Amino acid sequence: MEYETVIGLEVHAELSTESKLFCGCANRFGAPPNSLVCPVCLGLPGVLPVVNRKAVEYIVLVGLAVGGEIASYSKFDRKNYFYPDMPKNFQISQYDLPLCDGGTVRIELDGLKKDIRLKRVHLEEDTGKSVHGGTIDSSDFTLEDYNRAGVPLMEIVSEPDMRSPAEAHAYMEELHRLLRWLGVSDCKMEEGSLRCDANISVRSKGETALGVKTEIKNMNSFRSVEAALACEEKRQIEILENGGEVLQETRGWNEDRCITFLMRSKEEVQEYRYFPEPDLVPIRVEPEKIESIRAGLPELPFDRQARYMEQYNLEADTAKALVQSRYFSDFFDRCILTYKEARAVVNWLLGDVSKFLNENNIELEKTGVTPQSLVEMIRLIDDGKLSGKIAKEILPEMMKSGEPPAAIAQKMGLSQESDESRILEWVLEALRESPDAVAEYRRGKEKALGFIVGQVMKKSRGQANPGIVNKLIKQELDKS
Amino acid sequence: MTKKITEEQVAGVAHLARLELEPEELAVYTEKLGGILEYVDKLQELDTEGIEATFQVVPMSNVFREDESRPGLSVDEVLQNAPERSGDYFKMPPILESEDAG
Ligand SMILES: [Zn+2]
Repeated sequence: MEYETVIGLEVHAELSTESKLFCGCANRFGAPPNSLVCPVCLGLPGVLPVVNRKAVEYIVLVGLAVGGEIASYSKFDRKNYFYPDMPKNFQISQYDLPLCDGGTVRIELDGLKKDIRLKRVHLEEDTGKSVHGGTIDSSDFTLEDYNRAGVPLMEIVSEPDMRSPAEAHAYMEELHRLLRWLGVSDCKMEEGSLRCDANISVRSKGETALGVKTEIKNMNSFRSVEAALACEEKRQIEILENGGEVLQETRGWNEDRCITFLMRSKEEVQEYRYFPEPDLVPIRVEPEKIESIRAGLPELPFDRQARYMEQYNLEADTAKALVQSRYFSDFFDRCILTYKEARAVVNWLLGDVSKFLNENNIELEKTGVTPQSLVEMIRLIDDGKLSGKIAKEILPEMMKSGEPPAAIAQKMGLSQESDESRILEWVLEALRESPDAVAEYRRGKEKALGFIVGQVMKKSRGQANPGIVNKLIKQELDKS
Repeated sequence: MTKKITEEQVAGVAHLARLELEPEELAVYTEKLGGILEYVDKLQELDTEGIEATFQVVPMSNVFREDESRPGLSVDEVLQNAPERSGDYFKMPPILESEDAG
């Protein structure tokens, strides 16, 4: 039988605000345990939470970017549960009146575009971090660090619109790019600032009712999202093929063994008893506020991709590669402000710059190269002061040290010599020393020219501008 | 009259709230909670057609703080009420069980 897979994702992204959602504790990753905690995020009696304005604005910004409907009236609710990662024994979240309803995220897979609908985008507080003693299978104690408790967390819930693990992967990549593009989250899956839970079910092809779904947790990278879903898809199909029934349950992903496993909480009853948070007043996002946030929306990746194709006559794949991140794309835009040959900038960015980024597994913003220094380097090539070959040697140094290309060329003894009188000296010397090659050239052996060029390059230690060298040799040979 | 809530349900709610109830207490609370629910039934007789749901009784909205951080408590203050401490962490009994089902 042929099966169809149905996947919906619930993505959590920590907002990159300076402070937590309801108190003034710093929102920072990697601080010593329990060092960013106060009576509010510790849930001590008598404290009152107050909402961080920026966190709300970030949700509205994302809501507008995905074309969702911003709620004119929104509120917070308590989600009650007993789990020590929340010292209050409840998490402040949004239940029935989220800040944003609907919206879509466009993904592109194998050249095909598809819109994944969203159910909602809401704001809640993150929980503390649990460290389990021993292994997760047999821990004998749990340690809690509440630095993360109260960090603003955006939850983005998709409709079950994805039909393959690869689509889920593409969706995650797209959300990652979009949230970073908007500057609302640093989206580091390895640090947990972007997290994903998946609902997955299979059904026979053509069936419209949904099959029984399982929820998958613990996926810590884009690749593991795809791998875990592929594994779970296979497990469910095997059950159905053998006449069995898929059980609705929560399963974890074991990266090392590449299997999903049943997760069982001691708490069998999942009943959160949501009720309106009495300590927080509702939020009314006024139309003027929405418009002022909309005015701050940057040009979005797909729009920019289309503009590049149109404006610079770039191929789809090339334009797509340029909009891989906001910084990368803004970098290109800033180069083009001062250097009009888009193609040359594109070739360097997608060529040697990207090669360096891939080899060092680093992002462009973490390197020393700037739009100014890249353009300066291209101009040095245009002016014959740098050969393309030498530029390729200099570029990695620019990216490492941030120094301007001319300085590096000088330091490495790589700057190109284009001074004709200087080159002429080398040429005359080489001609004097190579009478055989000169004679051969005169007999019509063009190849002999290459030997003389080689001699000149040797004398100049590779720094002579090859175009000028060729020109001068011919000029001298044709003279006599 | 049918009971609004059973002893099993009260036991379930008590478990969710981490309350240990003696059998006598269970009977008492089942009775009392039943009474409250009956009262809610009475309230539901009211015609609330066209009246917006009330989530908040304070007539305010949009109370925000600016996104600025300030130091919190020292780690010793944070941990002074912890039942058990391990280094700078709160220490507690294990919370997750899992079972390998391949
Ligand atoms: Zn705090």
